[in-house]
Amino acid sequence: MRSKDMHRAGLGLKATATAVLIFLNFPIFVIGLYAFTTEEASFSFPPPGLTTRWFGVLMGRSDFWEALGLSLQVALAATGVAIILGTLIAAALYRSNFFGKEAISLFVILPIALPGIVTGIALRSAIGVLDLNLSTWTIVIGHATFCMVTVYNNVVARLRRMQHTQVEASMDLGATPFQTFRYVVFPNIATALLAGAFLAFALSFDEIIVTTFTSGQQETLPIWIFSQLTRPRDRPVTNVAAVFVIAITLIPILLAYRFTRDVSET
Amino acid sequence: MNGRPVAVRLTQLSRHFGEVKALNSIDLDVYDGEFFSMLGPSGSGKTTCLRLIAGFEQPTSGSIELNGQQVAGVPPYERDINTVFQDYALFPHMTVADNIAYGLMVKRMPKAQRITRVDEMLAMVRLPGFGGRKPSQLSGGQRQRVALARALINHPKVLLLDEPLGALDLKLRQEMQVELKTIQREVGITFIFVTHDQEEAMTMSDRIAVFNHGKIEQVGTPYEMYENPQTRFVAQFIGTTNVLEGPIAQQIVGSPAPFAVRPERIALCPPDTAIPPDNIGVRGMITDVTYLGMTIRWIIDIAGTLVTVIEPSAQLHANALDERRGQPCMLVWQKAHNRALKEA
Amino acid sequence: MRRAMNYLYTHPNATLALLLLIPMAWLVIFYLGSLSAMVVQSFYTLDDFTGRVLPIFSTFSYQELFSPGNFDIVVRTLGMATVVTLASAVIAFPLAYFMARFASKRTKGLLFLGVMLPLWSSYLVRVYAWKLILANEGMIAWGAAQLGLTGVLEWILSLPVIGGASLSFSYFGMFLVFVYIWLPYMILPINAALERVPKSLTEASADLGGRPSYTFRKVILPLAFPGIVAGSIFTFSLTLGDYIIPSIIGDSARFIGSAVLLYQGTAGNLPLAAAFTVVPIVIMGAYLLLARRLGAFDAL
Repeated sequence: MRSKDMHRAGLGLKATATAVLIFLNFPIFVIGLYAFTTEEASFSFPPPGLTTRWFGVLMGRSDFWEALGLSLQVALAATGVAIILGTLIAAALYRSNFFGKEAISLFVILPIALPGIVTGIALRSAIGVLDLNLSTWTIVIGHATFCMVTVYNNVVARLRRMQHTQVEASMDLGATPFQTFRYVVFPNIATALLAGAFLAFALSFDEIIVTTFTSGQQETLPIWIFSQLTRPRDRPVTNVAAVFVIAITLIPILLAYRFTRDVSET
Repeated sequence: MNGRPVAVRLTQLSRHFGEVKALNSIDLDVYDGEFFSMLGPSGSGKTTCLRLIAGFEQPTSGSIELNGQQVAGVPPYERDINTVFQDYALFPHMTVADNIAYGLMVKRMPKAQRITRVDEMLAMVRLPGFGGRKPSQLSGGQRQRVALARALINHPKVLLLDEPLGALDLKLRQEMQVELKTIQREVGITFIFVTHDQEEAMTMSDRIAVFNHGKIEQVGTPYEMYENPQTRFVAQFIGTTNVLEGPIAQQIVGSPAPFAVRPERIALCPPDTAIPPDNIGVRGMITDVTYLGMTIRWIIDIAGTLVTVIEPSAQLHANALDERRGQPCMLVWQKAHNRALKEA
Repeated sequence: MRRAMNYLYTHPNATLALLLLIPMAWLVIFYLGSLSAMVVQSFYTLDDFTGRVLPIFSTFSYQELFSPGNFDIVVRTLGMATVVTLASAVIAFPLAYFMARFASKRTKGLLFLGVMLPLWSSYLVRVYAWKLILANEGMIAWGAAQLGLTGVLEWILSLPVIGGASLSFSYFGMFLVFVYIWLPYMILPINAALERVPKSLTEASADLGGRPSYTFRKVILPLAFPGIVAGSIFTFSLTLGDYIIPSIIGDSARFIGSAVLLYQGTAGNLPLAAAFTVVPIVIMGAYLLLARRLGAFDAL
């Protein structure tokens, strides 16, 4: 009786776990469903009919394309900065044991650990104090600040798993630190770096709170969607845009998952 | 100084980590072409010493000379030294051939030449045709040989080996000991070998340095280390020995200072044996006996101190051994076999 | 060039400093600097006549926090954060428990994906999805009608304070969405903490005569507790600062996050906005200290 309990989950537990899992994931499918509804102004379920014409309507909206373009630009720029900063920190912290190391790793996590409005309004205040203009660059700075943590986490984990003697062996065999990085370290961290970059991209692409505080007239896609929510007649178009966002953020996430999983299984 | 060319000279070399003195003012000469072992328990400083010679760490004070040139402060990629690591440190994303050729590749040797040299090395370490495999496909012993080839291909002046045989099982280890020795003789390079296994050091080395708590207690050939240990630590670390001191030493040699005598130099005799001249005789009681196959080991109690005696098992009948427990006896050995010990 | 490289190699502290220079400069300037600027701003005065913010020291904004309307906002937000945290812990636990102790390697990978996917995919879209689901003509209402539970639904909506015109416009609805959105943040640390409990402990407990429910209460739950606390840091902190969910699933003016947005924007009262922001910072600071004592940081 006892051993049975310990090695196999009860039916109740399995059922609850499955229910929670479904609870977590079904809203994404709901969005997908509503993108095809024929109804214009309400949310009725089940949808009275299905159509693809809202996709066409969305394609014709120039404000949507502008917002999408801005989101992509910002995400790429922020990811680029995050890759550099995150890797530098990971390289510094993965082996050292110096006074203040814990403080620094906490510091790096802070922008993503504290609620978005804190980061948002902090940046806003700074911009105000320095009397700068809100622009695409202010958005990128905000995003890069909290995106660097995903790159840092992934790269530092991989660096710690790497046998450090490989680095010593490389230098022992005559390779300078640059050559060592190129031939030994980089191949080891490449997929982790990529995974971190993908996650940073997804994070930036979807971000709305900090962006609201650091953008002037510019609209990124999430801001555009948010403003659409007050316009009931445009609802189906909003749903299609939402599906777009899900698709664009889903791909990097799945790729990041594959990259970090493959390595751990070799 | 005996005029032999010196490959590595350490002068008052120290490495401190804050309060901890991992290496405490070491002086050492390693001669060109010899197989030199650095022996000691973990934490004794031997690995730190190796890493300083390789260049992975910088000394706190003192100097390191390679072939007459000062190298403290010179990074490892500029020293003409290569290392075989304890965990082999093969590059997992490269093939065996690329691993071995690595040192040549970073010096930009043309590919055709590299291929020839790699094949030579694979033949030398008896892994012909393994070039295309990945390290994950090799056994421990094979990886070890690849690591060796990768280091030797660069014809370094000195080869450092950091407990390279530690992960291998006994039989394989013994085979590799012979192979390493053979290769060393063939290529004529100075080998500096770090180990905690005294039998290994004794088997392979031309000379041994025994490390303890950051200092070198003694340097010498295996014969010198075994026959003439100078400190208690060396006497007990290399082989087994008996250390007699205090009242019992006073009684035997007239002074309480510690001295050592090897178990195989002592003869176990009946209690009333006459003691020959220049010999020592001590009465005692047999407390334990163990049959070890090639030898028999006796533990004798002489006035409170336990002494180990080892003798060949050839003559004795095994069954008679157990009965001897508790019997009185006399231990006899030549005075010449006493070794005075300094505390390091 | 080579000499510089050699110098860096032999002086690891210099290398460390060099590596950290740019990232730390970035973080100090753009993050710490901004935070300080904000805290400083919270002590500035708002000139009522001109509407401008003047660098004159005053604690007026903080005093304003305690005015009934504003204090209300703080209390409401804290209340929601607490309820959300408790509910998340309860709902997250079964899945985390199953993942840590009973899932095979392959299943665990898939379950992980099932938790990570919503975590990383668009926050805004998922909140919006719930607006669709909770709407009066939406999925939940339809499901309730099919199961004959429409009466239950109407009863919930009729409750004072937490009910409302529709699930998608009520505190109860907000509560549901909050729990949904932060759930992965609670699942992952609990799972991590449970995975660290060696199987041998439960076996030892059973061996010494403990029945499964006893083992659960006395062995597993206490060891999972740091994970729960770690997860609660996220659910609590994120709820404290959120304004998106209250504005989509309700009318936005009544939570800390919404107040901050309001006062920094059209109302132009940056000092008050900053003061409001300091509230979650202080609360989370205290919470983090408490959490560290309870061992949550080891579970992260």
